[in-house]
This record gives sequence, structure tokens and C-alpha cells, in this order.
Amino acid sequence: MEGIVQDPQGGHHIAAALSGASVTFGSFTALSDISLEIGAGEFWTILGPSGCGKSTMLRLVSDLVPPAAGTVEILGKSTEAARLAREFAFVFQDATLLPWRSALKNVELPLEMGRKRGIDIPRGERTPRELLELVGLKGREDALPHELSGGMRQRVAIARALVCQPRLLLMDEPFGALDEMTRDRLNMQLLEIWRETGVTCLFVTHSIPEAVLLGQKVLMLRAHPGRVKEVVEIDLPEPRHVELRETPEFNRYSSYLRKSLEDC
Amino acid sequence: MTVIESLPETVDANTAPEPRAQSLHLRRLTNAAVPLGTAAVLLLIWQFGVRYFDVPTYIAPAPTDVGAVFLEELPLLMRNFWPTFTVSIVGFLAGNLAAILIAVTFVHSRVMERAFFPIAVFINTIPILAIAPILVLIFGPGLTAKVVIAGLICFFPTLVNMVRGLQSVNPQTLELARILSASKSEIFWKIRLPSSLPFLFSALKIAATTCVIGAIVSEWIGADVGLGALIIDSTFNYRSPLLYATVFLSSGLSVLLFASVTIAEKLVVRW
Repeated sequence: MEGIVQDPQGGHHIAAALSGASVTFGSFTALSDISLEIGAGEFWTILGPSGCGKSTMLRLVSDLVPPAAGTVEILGKSTEAARLAREFAFVFQDATLLPWRSALKNVELPLEMGRKRGIDIPRGERTPRELLELVGLKGREDALPHELSGGMRQRVAIARALVCQPRLLLMDEPFGALDEMTRDRLNMQLLEIWRETGVTCLFVTHSIPEAVLLGQKVLMLRAHPGRVKEVVEIDLPEPRHVELRETPEFNRYSSYLRKSLEDC
Repeated sequence: MTVIESLPETVDANTAPEPRAQSLHLRRLTNAAVPLGTAAVLLLIWQFGVRYFDVPTYIAPAPTDVGAVFLEELPLLMRNFWPTFTVSIVGFLAGNLAAILIAVTFVHSRVMERAFFPIAVFINTIPILAIAPILVLIFGPGLTAKVVIAGLICFFPTLVNMVRGLQSVNPQTLELARILSASKSEIFWKIRLPSSLPFLFSALKIAATTCVIGAIVSEWIGADVGLGALIIDSTFNYRSPLLYATVFLSSGLSVLLFASVTIAEKLVVRW
């Protein structure tokens, strides 16, 4: 893959900043007093017991749920302004492709939506066709989602997320439903895309090895209510590769995180 | 991934296609032959049963009698076919269009749904045979009453299915739309409406056969043309072979409409 895109974060050093942010649903507190600064271009993975608000945190950052207290800023803007400027994109656990649209048409969806609101839709440097090639789906542009495997569908979803060239990529267990081999391949592909585009990544997972393999930093959340337990810096040689999993350093991080997860 | 994806292809290319294509062809042939054979056997039993037990023609005509009348009276049958065809089609279009539009308002306004859905359920509980005379009294003996009756019978299944179809959107897809700052009309045209199409077509298949029932019922009440009128006429005149021929023609109309909807579905819903 070619050279790194120049200054993808547009001069900002902090991609997302949360300060004292809480989320409540009625009387239930999903997230409480979250303060974090996510550096531009960093790859963060989020771990935590179920019900700790991992997904809620992505939904808070992506303006899907409002903070009950505190503030969330993306590249110095409010989450709403960032949403309207397409600064971030979301990849869900399901590929959430529209089944009647071809792979290419699905990737083009973000370019068609939001026009009625009069928002200025940024076009990335890569065309939808080039993005499908980037995720390894050249030649499958006209395939309908049901003609693609689960891994391929998720790759279409990633291409769709990249079409407006976001500076923050939010991923909610995107590979959780895939088999291990497919997952490994997509993890490596994602890291390649991350290195090449310089996009900041926030990646929720419930797999400790996946969190260590991908993340420069692992955010460990605690449940009831969801709070930050700790942020673990993963100091492993770049570029990361699946073989890293057999190294003692990798296992040290894994077992540390496993213990940390147990006493959440 | 590569291995998993390419493996079935190599199997396909080398060994499978010939015998598989052949057996598929054979299976299709038997699939068609079994029901056709059964129907032929039943017709034979009917033919010989009627002849053997000497059943009078006005009680139960033999298939050959019906066939003969079908050929003899073809001009009469066709003269009565077209009015029923028109009522069925216009009723189908009107009833379904009304159901689709009302479903759209229900999905966009909970108040409308709460106000009018119970009324729709109530109307659906009235047997069409009971309400048909009332509609003829209201709209007169012309085309309008017949279309309203045929439309009414299509209305409810389409309304219910269309509401379900429009609401069948995956919640994550709606979150995606929100992240893309999509407007309500964009969500409707690009997400909700296409999502509803499989539901709509299963309702339209029901409507394709029920609209013919509605048309025939409407012609029982004071009509002088149409398959419904011909059914009443041939019954009261003990012209049983003509009655049977009319009934077969009615069911042929239903099959025709059903097949048209099925073909349209295959062309539209390709996912």
C-alpha cells in the first residue's frame, strides 16, 4: 500500500475528549464520570465485563445518546457538529448492509444520505470502487449482500465507513460474529488501513487477545455503573502481526488484562 | 478465507455440474409430473364415477360435459369474464393503494394508528357477504360498489403487512441513518420502503386471489354481467355444466392474478 496520507487529523492532537461524561437511561446509570483523551491517530481497544457500557460509550461519542452530565468533544467540536461534518464513522457488529443494494451501492450510501439536511458531504480521496479494492473485494462490486460471506459483508461495512474519510472510526465488536480465521485476516487488514489512513480507532471487543493485538491502548471499563478502571498501554513492536500472539510479552499483557477483567 | 471461498468453486468446476444439472432437470420434471398426474387421476375418477353411478348432469356434470360447454359457450363466458376481470384489477389496485397509504401514515403517526387501527380491525371482522349489500345500497349498482367490495377484501391483509414491513427495519440500520444525519424522507425512501417490499408482496399474493372473491360476491347482488352474475344465473337455471365452467374460469382468473404478482415479486425483490 502507498504512502501515508498527510496530516489526517487536520492539525488536532486530540481526536476525542470526554470530561466527566455520564449516560443515564431513566434511573439506570450506564456510564459514570468518564474522563479520557484519545490522541489523534491512536488505536484504542475497549474491554470490560458485559453491561459495563462499552457500546454505550461508542454511542455517546457518536452522538447517538446524549451525555446526562459532562462533555464530549470530537476534534474540538461538539458531537453533533462532528456528526454533521462526518468526522466519525461507525461499524456495527452486524454489517447492517441494505440487502437490496449491491456492495458498491452500499458503500455509496453515506454519499446519498443527509443531502436533505443540506449537510456538506465530504468525499474521501478514494472512490467507493477503490475502497472496495482496499478491503479486498475487487470484482465483487455488483454482488448483493446475501451473495457475500459474513467476513466479506463486514469488509463492505468498513469500506462504507471510510467513504467520507472520517478521522475517527468507531467499531462495536465488528468481528465478533466471525470465525477465528476470518477474524485474524480482518484484524490485519484493519491495522493496514489504520496505518495507511492515519484514522483514529476506537474498537470495542470482548476478546482479550484481539484487544492486545490491535490496541496501542486498552481501555478497561468497570461495570455497574460503567467507569474507567484503567488504561493499559500496549508496547508491542509495530507493525503488529498475528504471530505476536505467541510471544511472551503478548501473553504477559493478556494475563494482566484477564486478571484486571476478573476483579472488575 | 481464501481457502474457504475458493474451495466450492473448484468442486463445481471439476466434478459436479454434469450430474447435478441432470438430476436437477429430472427433479423439476417429477416436481411438475406428480401434481399433474394426481389431477389427471382425480379427473378420471370423477368422469367414470359420474358415468358409472348415473349421476344426473344437473347435479354433477362429468368433466367432458364441462369441457364441451366451455367450448360451446366460450363467447358467453368471455363476455362475463371481462367485467369481473376489470372489477378485480381496479379493486386490487384501489384496495392495496389505500392500504399502503394508510400504513405509511400509521408508521409516521402513532396518534393516527391509535385512532384508526381499531376501526380497521372492526371493518375487517364484518363478513364481506354481509357488508356487500350495504355498499351496493350506498354506491348504487354501477362499477363503484363492485370496486369498493373487491378493494375492501384486499385492504386489511395489506394494511397489516405493510405496517409490519415498514417497521421491520433493523434498529442498527436506523442508528446508521442517524449517524449519517439522514432526513425522515431519506429514511423512508431509501430504507423503510425497500425493507417493506417482501412483506408487501406476500400481502399482494393474498390480495390477488381475494380480490376475485370480492368481485364475484359484488356481482351476486343485482348485477347482470360478470362471472358472479353468471354463477347465480346458471345455478337457478340448473345449467350445471355452465356453472362448473364459470367456476373454473373464476379460479383461472385468480391463478392469472396470483402468477402476475409472483412474477412481479421475482423481478422486484431480488435479495
